[in-house]
Amino acid sequence: MAEAPTALLTTADGRPLKAALATAQARARRRAFLLVLPLLAFVLLTFLIPIVYMLKRSFEHDGFASSAPALVAWFKSNPDFDPMNPPEEAYAALVQDLARMQVEKTTGIAGTRINYSVPGSISLFKKGAREAASLTPPFKESLPALDKEWARPALWRGMASASHVYTAEFYKVALDLKLTDKGWERGQDNERIYLYLFAKTFLISAIITLLCLLLAFPVAHLLATLPMAKSSLLMILVLLPFWTSLLVRTTSWIALLQEQGVVNNMLVALGLLDDSGRLAMMYNMTGTIVAMTHVLLPFMILPLYSVMRVIPPSYARAARSLGATSWTTFRRVYLPQTLPGIAAGSLLVFILAVGYYITPALVGGADGQLISNLIAFHMSKSNWSLAAAIAGMLLASILLLYWLYDRLIGIDRLKFG
Amino acid sequence: MTQEPRTDAFVAFEHVQKSYDGVTLVVKDLNLSIGKGEFLTMLGPSGSGKTTCLMMLAGFETATHGEIKLDGVNINQVPPHKRGIGMVFQNYALFPHMTVGENLAFPLEVRGMGKDEREAKIKRALDMVQMGAYANRRPAQLSGGQQQRIALARALVFDPKLVLMDEPLGALDKQLREHMQFEIKHLHESLGITVVYVTHDQGEALTMSDRVAVFNDGRIQQLAPPADLYERPENSFVAQFIGENNKLLGTIEELTGDRALVRLATGELIDATAVNAREKGGKTLVSIRPERVEFKPEMMPPGAHTIDAEVVEIIYMGDILRAVLKVAGSDGFVMKMRNTLGQTKLTPGQKIKVGWHPQDARALDP
Repeated sequence: MAEAPTALLTTADGRPLKAALATAQARARRRAFLLVLPLLAFVLLTFLIPIVYMLKRSFEHDGFASSAPALVAWFKSNPDFDPMNPPEEAYAALVQDLARMQVEKTTGIAGTRINYSVPGSISLFKKGAREAASLTPPFKESLPALDKEWARPALWRGMASASHVYTAEFYKVALDLKLTDKGWERGQDNERIYLYLFAKTFLISAIITLLCLLLAFPVAHLLATLPMAKSSLLMILVLLPFWTSLLVRTTSWIALLQEQGVVNNMLVALGLLDDSGRLAMMYNMTGTIVAMTHVLLPFMILPLYSVMRVIPPSYARAARSLGATSWTTFRRVYLPQTLPGIAAGSLLVFILAVGYYITPALVGGADGQLISNLIAFHMSKSNWSLAAAIAGMLLASILLLYWLYDRLIGIDRLKFG
Repeated sequence: MTQEPRTDAFVAFEHVQKSYDGVTLVVKDLNLSIGKGEFLTMLGPSGSGKTTCLMMLAGFETATHGEIKLDGVNINQVPPHKRGIGMVFQNYALFPHMTVGENLAFPLEVRGMGKDEREAKIKRALDMVQMGAYANRRPAQLSGGQQQRIALARALVFDPKLVLMDEPLGALDKQLREHMQFEIKHLHESLGITVVYVTHDQGEALTMSDRVAVFNDGRIQQLAPPADLYERPENSFVAQFIGENNKLLGTIEELTGDRALVRLATGELIDATAVNAREKGGKTLVSIRPERVEFKPEMMPPGAHTIDAEVVEIIYMGDILRAVLKVAGSDGFVMKMRNTLGQTKLTPGQKIKVGWHPQDARALDP
């Protein structure tokens, strides 16, 4: 063009073009933002804020810090004290705080806080607080005389740690570390419940994901290839579980699989099983796997279906005409094209399974409990911080999985439907 | 229009019938022999059964009745992957998750061919379609015409004796389509393969084929070389389907040998060649190509009957002038004139007389 490229372009009335464009677009952008505002507010209020609050709770507990000011002050001025042999001033501060707890009725929350890292502390604190007023110096002797637990180095370590409002202690507990006299150490193998349950949860979720994939693949293929009228009917059958209460579905599995249930009764009636040898398919891991596979199956079928629907049948025909057997055609032409659906479905089912609560709670018995049941257990015991720490770890591991997935396959290749 | 099975037939359909629902026949008693090295086109409107025939030949559909033979062997029960027939699909069907090279390697790998031999064949096939530089591209990175070439190369890379093409040029624009028609024809000639080509584009069928089978209603209406098909249609369906065509309905007044004198409903007499309406007093549909209609008396044979016409509209089309005429009471009669320097200029409303050589007007079934 003839115009000098350096000249600033302006609109007819002399405003710079860039500014005019920005104003023109700002209006449209504001309107678009107003449209998504309700959803944004909803997500913020019901999702992001609770998660942030939960994560905060997993680092924060002032149960001891707020009810033992004297001891907190002493810990602060003596950060390098020897927990094996705390001095008389420390005991004096402790006794003073115990007496104060008795008056202010804060023994319970202080004891509970210490109890996380040093089990048995609740009753210890209650007893100590009751007797605190009648103790005489030197407290270094009179308090352990009341209960020798008071001289335990682990307890002093626990109290020193609890004197801070913010702590990583709950994550240490959730990682099966134990506070011993020497500090935080790995617990005995048979005491490592949390990590074991984490591993079990991930393993069961992987099994469920695999089962879902095996069951969903042919169904999704049928859905994608059947004529419209038949595939609509099949789709209704796939979606039917969504319209039934989860509780009803889970309970019907109990009716089917329990020891006096339909399946066992039939096997016994057919003479395949002895009456005394009924299969235990409910209230154990089998029950959890069977019921959860059923509940999560649609989440695998739908992404698979959405991918398979758009694969033209001519690909398979082309492969066949080029000389491939039906198995080679499936393996080398059809399957690779369904990968985005397999990945999306697997990710969806796996993540849902890892956090599943209601089904394992109902049908899992003692053996089939997952990590979410443990979180619920701690919440019911008002161990909010520990529950939050386990939930935080679950969240972190799922984010890690998501990140890995993005690195390996790419989030943009996901197809959910 | 059936044809006796040829003894040298490379592909033969013998009394083939096909029904999808058990109620109606999509293909009705098909008999067709295709010679070795022939380029045969199946032409017809959609739903005429041509694609079904191709799918039966490829092995994706089974014949409800009859035999399909390839090189003298009945292949009704042979699965598609054992037929060794190359196929080019309408949407190319290039595997999107493989590169061009992998797409071409696929038919060779499933045949257990070694790597060196494979590479040589792939290179040869890609060079054949001038796509040698594209082996590492994905199909999605290629244009429609390039994908078409790759699809062609893939169908040819394993040296099939027979190649089927299912409307392979349907998705290309006009210019590219015409170019590819030429290339496919050229490949057919240089490789000496047999091609069965399905299309609904009559221009494509006429330019490329050795013979064209015109399908309608599950039957072959006419099987003939392109020139015969255009100039000597055997029934009114073929006459109307191939090229532009004027239709005049009338009754046969006189019949001498092949010459017929037809009286139109409005009373005029016209000349025609009796084709499949050969009964004196019978109804007939006379078909005349627009470019064979003459309005200058010196161009008509002596004694030819002429008919009154009124010019309705002249459409300028560059190489030709298209005159829409009112003839025998209806105004859809078309005459094409070459746009030459000395061409008589007609104006709307002008009254003229039109006529034609008797052999250009074909008296067909009504």
